[in-house]
Amino acid sequence: MSEIEASFSLLKNQNVLLYVGKGVLFTLIISVIAVLLSIVFGTVLAICRNYCTAGVTRILRFLSTFYIEVFRNTPLLLWIFICVVFCPAPQFFSRKMLGLTSVETKLLWKAAVALVLFESSIIAEIIRGGLNSVAHGQFEAAYSQGFGTVKTFTLIILPQAFKSVVPTLLGQVISTIKDSSYLANVATIELMSRVKTILAVANRYTGQENIHTSDVFVLFGLAAVIYFLINFTLSCIVRGMQARRKHAALRNRLAA
Amino acid sequence: MSGFFSLRAWEKVWTYRDTFLLGLWNTVKTSLFAILLAIVLGIIFGLMATSGKKLPKTIARIYIEVIQNTPILLQCCFLYYALAFSGHSIGIIPTGVVALGIYTGAYMAEVFRSGIEAIPRGQFEAAQSQGFKYVEKMYYIILPQTLKIILPPAVNQVVNLIKNTSCLYIIGGADLISLTYSFVTGENTGGSYAPGYIVSGLCFFLICYPLSKFAGSWEEYLKKKDRKTNVAAKEA
Repeated sequence: MSEIEASFSLLKNQNVLLYVGKGVLFTLIISVIAVLLSIVFGTVLAICRNYCTAGVTRILRFLSTFYIEVFRNTPLLLWIFICVVFCPAPQFFSRKMLGLTSVETKLLWKAAVALVLFESSIIAEIIRGGLNSVAHGQFEAAYSQGFGTVKTFTLIILPQAFKSVVPTLLGQVISTIKDSSYLANVATIELMSRVKTILAVANRYTGQENIHTSDVFVLFGLAAVIYFLINFTLSCIVRGMQARRKHAALRNRLAA
Repeated sequence: MSGFFSLRAWEKVWTYRDTFLLGLWNTVKTSLFAILLAIVLGIIFGLMATSGKKLPKTIARIYIEVIQNTPILLQCCFLYYALAFSGHSIGIIPTGVVALGIYTGAYMAEVFRSGIEAIPRGQFEAAQSQGFKYVEKMYYIILPQTLKIILPPAVNQVVNLIKNTSCLYIIGGADLISLTYSFVTGENTGGSYAPGYIVSGLCFFLICYPLSKFAGSWEEYLKKKDRKTNVAAKEA
């Protein structure tokens, strides 16, 4: 019985909790930043893939299609490994910050780049779905009112497209939070890797001679609960949104 | 891009091609068994979720929510270390098969559930009125009809599963990515980063791209057919 008690004492250890808590924070920060950047990059890709159909711009269409298909059909871990080797790190990141060593910040930057590259291919497809759902008459209406191409997109088309994909994008945030755990393979910054690091030295905290199965359950259980709480809250929000939208669509149809 | 144009780096990849083939074989093997497990779990929990009875429905819900809202990496680690520290280690690839199967099973269950719910109620009632028992009704009438609808999302889940075999790396993996990594960082084989990653990426792409392409075009086909029947119904 004392084994299990010792394992639970991990949860009372201030240092462990602080370490894990910072990991949660990093996981959230990385995921949110990755999704925000991916939305920008993904929008550009989606527009290129959908609308660059004439003349020379077809090269853009080819390139964005190529990019999306390549990144969607290869694992994230491969891109993390590739970025760790090939991605250049700006001078800004080669110093101590956020309580990390300079090596860790550089790794964080490289791995985050990989995450952004990977997620933007998925988000591009989501946004493309949104763009396709915008009726073609909207373009013609915008042009007939004298809007240029840029204004048509930024003022008329994109707002409508984004509005229709908000639940899917939020769902992608869940996936990104889960995917960010792949960073654990190269860096010890986010939740998953920190839990694994603690497990490796758990006996130092529990005062036991060896690491026991109960330590595994307590530590990974803690991580699972944290991930679950974050993601379940998000998915409840997504479901609420979808239900409301369905309801609104039904009401509109009945009214019409 | 060191080594991208160097012939020696490419030669090294060719000399050690067995590493890549072994990795590919392990990845394919893991994926195949995991897919089987995922489909079985998906059907069982999908049927439980649509059974309309409270207990099975709750169990299926809990399974789906818990698994879908935690990362596969965590589940894989959990399983591996729990087994290892309790002295029941079953090896890396079997652990991967179980973890991936359970993880993708949760997604498959959602796919099957939505597929079964898309079948008109009349089909269930017609089958029942003809005296089909539950298993017969599902096996002969309902599941064959759902198969067509769920093919695209199911294939997409298979693609995700194949990509997720890379989670084996964290437990000391034997899959393609892990072997590539140990190849490019190995003492005797190291250095040929670009060719190694390109080859392993290409392997994944060649498997996953046809699958996702197929899923995409099948979905298009279903949509088109749907539109046609809608138009025909309106005209009638």
